[in-house]
Amino acid sequence: MEKIIETDDLHFHYEPDEDGNTPEDVLKGIDLSIKQGEFVAVLGHNGCGKSTLAKHINAILLPTGGSVIVDGIDTKDEDKLFELRQRAGMVFQNPDNQIVSSIVEEDVAFALENLGVPYEEMRRRVDESLKAVNMYEYRLHSPSQLSGGQKQRVAIAGIIAMQPKCIILDEPTAMLDPQGRKEVLAAIHKMNREKGITIVLITHYMDEAADCDRVVVMDKGEVVLDDVPSKVFSQVEKLKAIGLDVPQVTELVWELRKAGYDISPEIITEEECADAIERLFA
Amino acid sequence: MAILETQELTYTYSAGTPFEKTAVDHVSLKIEEGQMVGVMGHTGSGKSTLIQHFNGLLQPTSGKVLLDGKDIWADKNKIRDVRFQVGLVFQYPEYQIFEETVYKDIAFGPKNMGLDEAEIKRRVLETAHDIGLPEALMERSPFELSGGQKRRVAIAGVMAMEPKVLILDEPTAGLDPAGRDKILEHIKAYHQRTKNTILIVSHSMEDIATFADKILVMNKAKLFCYDDTVNVFARADEISEIGLDVPQITKVFGELKRRGLDFGKEVYTVGYARDLLLRSLKEREVQ
Repeated sequence: MEKIIETDDLHFHYEPDEDGNTPEDVLKGIDLSIKQGEFVAVLGHNGCGKSTLAKHINAILLPTGGSVIVDGIDTKDEDKLFELRQRAGMVFQNPDNQIVSSIVEEDVAFALENLGVPYEEMRRRVDESLKAVNMYEYRLHSPSQLSGGQKQRVAIAGIIAMQPKCIILDEPTAMLDPQGRKEVLAAIHKMNREKGITIVLITHYMDEAADCDRVVVMDKGEVVLDDVPSKVFSQVEKLKAIGLDVPQVTELVWELRKAGYDISPEIITEEECADAIERLFA
Repeated sequence: MAILETQELTYTYSAGTPFEKTAVDHVSLKIEEGQMVGVMGHTGSGKSTLIQHFNGLLQPTSGKVLLDGKDIWADKNKIRDVRFQVGLVFQYPEYQIFEETVYKDIAFGPKNMGLDEAEIKRRVLETAHDIGLPEALMERSPFELSGGQKRRVAIAGVMAMEPKVLILDEPTAGLDPAGRDKILEHIKAYHQRTKNTILIVSHSMEDIATFADKILVMNKAKLFCYDDTVNVFARADEISEIGLDVPQITKVFGELKRRGLDFGKEVYTVGYARDLLLRSLKEREVQ
């Protein structure tokens, strides 16, 4: 498969302070390669650099060392900034900070208007995007009347209307209740499955990461684990040491293994866990 | 003795307009002194409206709220005293920080209560200790602190009033697992020192399972249940049906029960599940 995002020895630090001291690197040499159509979760506790990494993918931040290539575009290439942001859209944590219009469909059309998309085409894309996130019936509502989860889905519709190849979501469910989380995650998975859009999901919810193709774990500006969810979560001690959770079922299996029982450490779903316990008692 | 009681509490928004909506519908409950209570309910269930009645931010459309056996609305002029006795920490309380130093921010509430300097100092330092803010931070500007620290400053500000009842609305929202565990630990430390009643609103049943003596569940403006934690988890299926999340581990044991492997106990924490399984496995080996 074609690579869509590639970082090569990516380093980043913020501006030197008044005395000219350069702060420590927030990103310390990230080599990451993400293929078109992949669904990747990036996990890590606050301050590990995961949001900083996300902001490099659509050039909100530029590397202080190394490079980031997205769909063949070097993020440092200023002439291609708009093209880059069209191909890699970003959704942020707080839904209220991302809505600009007073009518849902106008909000979704905002970027298209800026891009000069013809009316007929715009109408088609806005309707399609709203239907894709299950918000079409709210197209004439005011965003202020929507729940957090609905607002996030409108923000996602605004991004997919630009027909990007890749969407980066920075903790899109952190401020939502369980119902809102479910709605937003369902919408993201659908985009990935049906449109083949590459998803980079920054999160600290383990259950969200467990449903992805691949999990990248960051700590102190470095990638410490990068594998399929079952392999990553089987590293219970390592994850706990860097302040992350593992799914409850994985933790239970780990505890039983410690007590000497022979169970696969790569269990991440309730079904698998129930199967394993059933076998122990068979 | 119930510290907080509601009798047929009902609250209707925009009564008499087309937007009329009953958010809390005839809720009667008694919260015993010294309990740690988890409050659940999805968005729109009425839980926020309910808790805003506990310190008199909202006045019931009908029914009563009793604090220490007394109707809080019996004398409207005394509602300010109720707010000193029932402290409410809102969601994202760090947005409400405004003072120049951490010390002053935490001292703001106690100062308004008219306490003397020595008592204010004792309270600020004790709560700062409970919530895990070192004394070295007291003279720093709260705006220089990390997000998690700011939140703890805001929570300490309410705790320092030493309210008989402390209500926290999603105190861990937006925090990472380590930050979440830390805040819950600190709230437990405060609870152990003061023995005051604490209500914590949370969407995470996994979190609630780790601290709550009792769980209050709201659904569609009505009280779905208010009961001991173990009894509430025994109704896991019903709770899933009303759209709330049940801990993953509880779902696993529910599935095992359906398959004919019944351990006869409600399981809602990993530690308990481990002990239960290990004990059962040992018993089998002996047989």
